[in-house]
Amino acid sequence: MNDYDAGCDDGCAVHAEGLEKRYGEKRALDGFDLTVRTGTVHGLLGPNGAGRTTAVRILSTLVRLDGGRATVAGLDVARSAREVRARIGLTGQYAAVDEVLTGRQSLEMFGRLFHLGGGRARARAAELLEQFDLTGAADKGVGDYSGGMRRRLDLAASMILAPAVLFLDEPTTGLDPRSRGEVWDSVRALVAGGTTVLLTTQYLEEADRLASRITVTDQGRSIADDTPDGLKNLAGGDRIEVVVAERSDIPRVVKVVARVADGEPESDDSELRVHGSVTDRVAALTDVARTLQDEGVRVEDIGLRRPSLDDVFLRLTGHRTEKEETAV
Amino acid sequence: MTVPGGGDYKDFLMPGMFVMTTAFGFINTATLVVHDSTKGVIDRFRSMPMASSAVVAGRGMTDLLVACAELGILMLTAPAMGWRPDGGWGFLAAFGLLLWLRFALIWLGVWLGLLVPNPEAAGGLFAVAFPLTMISSIFVAPQLMPDWLGWVAAWNPISSTAAPARDLFGTPVGGGDSWVEQHALLMAGVWPLVLTAVFLPLAVRRFQRLSR
Repeated sequence: MNDYDAGCDDGCAVHAEGLEKRYGEKRALDGFDLTVRTGTVHGLLGPNGAGRTTAVRILSTLVRLDGGRATVAGLDVARSAREVRARIGLTGQYAAVDEVLTGRQSLEMFGRLFHLGGGRARARAAELLEQFDLTGAADKGVGDYSGGMRRRLDLAASMILAPAVLFLDEPTTGLDPRSRGEVWDSVRALVAGGTTVLLTTQYLEEADRLASRITVTDQGRSIADDTPDGLKNLAGGDRIEVVVAERSDIPRVVKVVARVADGEPESDDSELRVHGSVTDRVAALTDVARTLQDEGVRVEDIGLRRPSLDDVFLRLTGHRTEKEETAV
Repeated sequence: MTVPGGGDYKDFLMPGMFVMTTAFGFINTATLVVHDSTKGVIDRFRSMPMASSAVVAGRGMTDLLVACAELGILMLTAPAMGWRPDGGWGFLAAFGLLLWLRFALIWLGVWLGLLVPNPEAAGGLFAVAFPLTMISSIFVAPQLMPDWLGWVAAWNPISSTAAPARDLFGTPVGGGDSWVEQHALLMAGVWPLVLTAVFLPLAVRRFQRLSR
């Protein structure tokens, strides 16, 4: 949290202090703080309803704030909304691209909307198609694009003016793993080119792969701000899990797991499950698997589990994400 | 089919069909607006350094062009069914009245598009639009309806566009005696103005509410 205390020098692309936003009785943002350093990917992580999307909508000038103060690219979002808009890109949860047009036509249209002349719009469209690896599909209708290609086209459309700050609101929700990887590659390339990215996501893995720093939100506030590793340590790091066939084997398995685990392993008699927190995940897995085999314990399942967003959440807030609460 | 004044029903019906097509246009507008707002297109435009009025103006101009194309196709098809307009330049005036009505309905469409939650709900507007166009002078002359229904039909804004359109296409039919029917051309100009005066501010307010 030192970043907040330091305030915002010229090394920060987004700075928000005590943001407030109410919708009727509900406080969507309730003293929300955020600092994003220039040239980084910053993850904004939290369950639905935690205020992530509201924060992005305020920072991208779509929604007025009720209280607090926010600057983007050094400009106040409330007082200089138009100037902020010239310096940001926004990619929402849906690919906002026209299915009737081709990829090239879409980008040329956005180029014209940004007041590039016809020639410059065409040139910029060609550049972006190349940069986002869409040249091969440039003249196909967007209706025939895969989900990943649409998101990349959507990203390209956000990048027409090479904005200083790009807001990505759940850029890979609903994509298959391969498309997700393609979008991630595109985001990395953007950051290498100097763009600052604020990424909201429900996936810890996504924030982990892309972000150098993550802010966790809950109930309209920032409740943690740390590196991905720092957060995972908060959640107790990786865990090894062993499921046995016979209940009588549980004490023996607990002993084996205890040799590699940090702290006392936990066991669940009804699920025939033993699990413990580990640091050197692969060594722990091979050690436990080999020892159990040598001892002749019948193992139904064995594996490593990385801490999920829910684990981080549970640790930070003492309650589960909303989705789980309603599911239970 | 009986037409008051003894004209041909085709001459009565065809201009009515043009008006109905025009009137249903507000559903096109609403459907496209709700599509753009749920798919993030409107948000994207609003996050760009451009006037937000341009988002709505663009929608309106596109809709007017589409209406021209729809009406053009209908007017090219209608003669095949025996419709023989005979109004000379009045043809253009009738076309102008139709577009004036369509212009007013853009604002109803934008307002509804920002009001309904999803494109499916916008499709449901047909259930409302059909009865509203039936109770008018589109298919049946109001004086052939029961008194109270005829009165409602005569005061339906689209009736006021249909009657002068029939005249201007050179295929006039007898109108009713009520004040609104006697002043149909005036009302063809006034009704869209009233609709615009009501729904343009509502649409603007709804659009501004997106920032709340």
